[in-house]
Amino acid sequence: MSVRILYFAGLREAFGCPGENLDLPAAVSNVGALRALLVAQGRDLLASAKNLRCAVNQEMAAADTPVADGDEVAFFPPVTGG
Amino acid sequence: MSIRIQEADFDLAAELAELRAGDPRIGALTSFVGFVRDINDGNSVSEMMLEHYPGMCEKALAEIVSAAKARWEIVGVRVIHRVGRLQPGDQVVLVAVTSAHRGAAFAACEFIMDYLKTRAPFWKRETTPNGAHWVDARESDDSAATRWTPDGHRQ
Repeated sequence: MSVRILYFAGLREAFGCPGENLDLPAAVSNVGALRALLVAQGRDLLASAKNLRCAVNQEMAAADTPVADGDEVAFFPPVTGG
Repeated sequence: MSIRIQEADFDLAAELAELRAGDPRIGALTSFVGFVRDINDGNSVSEMMLEHYPGMCEKALAEIVSAAKARWEIVGVRVIHRVGRLQPGDQVVLVAVTSAHRGAAFAACEFIMDYLKTRAPFWKRETTPNGAHWVDARESDDSAATRWTPDGHRQ
């Protein structure tokens, strides 16, 4: 199972990339597990970032939101537009 | 409804004229325009960079406008949000609403702006004498969005 990860704002800047493609082990089936996997792979900021937000296929998501093959999963800080 | 995210500036008078053109049902038009301030939290700001999530941003704004249309009898809505590098004094955002009577237009305009601030994926990075940093979200923006009841009243 493969997903497209996107990072925005301070996360994009800190990681030095706008995103990455990731092959997921079968055990990783929701946002919370995916976040933990990325942290284990060295994306420490995903663990420490304050009020981290996540969207799956461009809809706001929670830790228990399912992640499936081909999904677009974005991580970003609280929004500050307007 | 018209929703645009763009780097270019916009002509406020032309946008408002176009929004109400040729529709005699319209008795009221309200608009909100946000600008880049030269001082934020005590620091002088020389530049503001606005980043967004293409695709999700347009969807989130469309959902916010739909929610406003479900609450109030409004005729038309125009939202323009700029991205990229902006300077103090520049226009950042326009929310304009038309309706038969002023109450709906005033309320819907404020509602859309309140939700845009907390739901639409934009991020600001400002440059001050201390360097560039990402702007933190304000709790007051969250409470502004949550004060609206489903039937269109403010708590």
